Amino acid sequence: MNHFKTIRLLKDRLSFLLDIKAYKKIILLVFLTIAIFIFSASVGDSYINPLNVLQILFGGGNDFDQLVVIDFRLPRIFIAAFAGMALAVAGAILQGMIKNPLASPDIIGISAGGGAAVVAFLAIFSDSNHSLTVSIQWLPVAGFIGATSIGFLVYIFAWKDGITPIRLVLIGIGVSAFMQAMTTMLMLLGPIYKATEANMWITGSVSGANWDQVKMLIPWTILLLLITFFITRHLNVQEFGDDTASSLGHSVQKMRFLLLLLSTALVAGAIAFAGAIGFVGLMAPHIARRLVGSSFGVLIPTAATIGALLVMIADVIGRTAFSPLEVPAGVFTAAIGAPYFIYLLFRNPKK
Amino acid sequence: MTETIEAKSLTLSYGNSIIINNLDLSIPVGEVTILIGSNGCGKSTLLRSIARLLKPSEGSILLDGKNVFKLTNKQVAKELSILPQSPVAPEGLTVLQLVKQGRYPHQSWHSQWSQEDEEIVMNALISTGVEHLKDKPIEELSGGQRQRAWIAMTLAQNTDIILLDEPTTYLDLTHQIEILDLLYKLNKQQKRTIIMVLHDINLACRYADYIITVRNQTVYKKGKPEDIITKSLVKNVFDLESEIIRDPIFGTPMCIPYGKGRSILKEEAVLNGVASY
Repeated sequence: MNHFKTIRLLKDRLSFLLDIKAYKKIILLVFLTIAIFIFSASVGDSYINPLNVLQILFGGGNDFDQLVVIDFRLPRIFIAAFAGMALAVAGAILQGMIKNPLASPDIIGISAGGGAAVVAFLAIFSDSNHSLTVSIQWLPVAGFIGATSIGFLVYIFAWKDGITPIRLVLIGIGVSAFMQAMTTMLMLLGPIYKATEANMWITGSVSGANWDQVKMLIPWTILLLLITFFITRHLNVQEFGDDTASSLGHSVQKMRFLLLLLSTALVAGAIAFAGAIGFVGLMAPHIARRLVGSSFGVLIPTAATIGALLVMIADVIGRTAFSPLEVPAGVFTAAIGAPYFIYLLFRNPKK
Repeated sequence: MTETIEAKSLTLSYGNSIIINNLDLSIPVGEVTILIGSNGCGKSTLLRSIARLLKPSEGSILLDGKNVFKLTNKQVAKELSILPQSPVAPEGLTVLQLVKQGRYPHQSWHSQWSQEDEEIVMNALISTGVEHLKDKPIEELSGGQRQRAWIAMTLAQNTDIILLDEPTTYLDLTHQIEILDLLYKLNKQQKRTIIMVLHDINLACRYADYIITVRNQTVYKKGKPEDIITKSLVKNVFDLESEIIRDPIFGTPMCIPYGKGRSILKEEAVLNGVASY
């Protein structure tokens, strides 16, 4: 038991085997996340010293800095962090459930469903002057409904005496392609500037974040992450495949439905406010797996912090690198994540 | 402890094709039972059904008279475990993590590594001889070690009945014997009921207390190997001409198939002028 620690309390009623090495890494990642969080709040059009940022976070600082940090920067950083976490954990769940390293929210149609709904929303609620007839506040709702309903649709289509992962993926890819076609069609038929707006959302951006959104996304994501954390042992078993899992007494189909529901809810929340940020759901779990192994008890928190880091860093680059132009965060998640990912694959050439 | 394992008017099918038709069968408890039959005869399907991995289209599987499909998954998993054919572990999983999974039906979210869990897992690692490999990833093990690690996982499940679907597939002869010796030992020392599918009729005769031969959607013959394995059985079950002799070391039935190939006996006879080509 070199780097494992056994915890037993209350006469064995509470007992866990903790992977100390992995938890050390997770703690490091949490500190890194906090550091990037503060760094994100300090850079931008005007630079604010990280120490001042800390002061502001604890209620100090001058009025201007307060306005910049609290009203402009913090909402988008929070949205970036929590959307990143949600996407990463959803990806980890899907990869475990589907037993395929290529699985991600993008593949089973959830993101594409959200995208199509958003574009449809922009098209339907426009008047002849091309201005919206309803508040733009409703756009996240459209994204959320699109993502969840497509999630359910894929599940129902894939059902045939239960869900097999391969059927789920194939149906997901099919539905995804159809949704993308709808999206493209609606964008081409609509006015140009709407297409830009829609494209921004599809790429994934946190530029429009505000505190109301933060107040919705944070509790939603935290609740789902907590549920995920409690069922990690089922996820571990699910990854063994139907036969072994059933042999161990696991209710494969029931749990598969719950897991799909969880990941859909996570993704829908994230993309409602941050758009369909790609690649995080695919890559963050992989990076996490390289760091701490494939036991979900440690994989889930690791993936969550990596997801948060990826989107936060992508957003910082997006709003500073080409200033005053702002590039959506979704452009950079892949740009910064992919090289690191490839480096990890090279360094650790196992399969 | 389970007292009886039975199939009652069991019909198994994939889609419209019937694999096993209206079978009544009782499997002895506390012994090693081996299912044999030609490829595609339904022996693995029957085994999977006993482990409730395949729902019968008619009839039922009864443990102590209780229908396994009416019990909860957890209840069954405490009575019976199955090692599927060529199981695959998630990437990067270590032997200990694999074997630990065997405790799944006994655990809950707040009890994931109790004293009992640890003891049983350690015993499983030791009795299968993979304790020294416990921190190694599964993919770095040899075929024989890997199979032993999987058997350790089924042992950690701590069930009276252990089912195995061709546990020696893809293993060389040394490792086949190693795995079968291990299962034999588990049966004799810990009185666990072992039910498995095996390809090799001679190894089946050596290790089985009870043999079940499957043919034509049903059980053809069952019983002690020395009582049932005959020339005509091999002909009927495997469609193979053979002679049955006594194994010179173990005394169990041994099947020698006819066919082509070099015959040294014949060559010698020709040399001595007793026979000609």
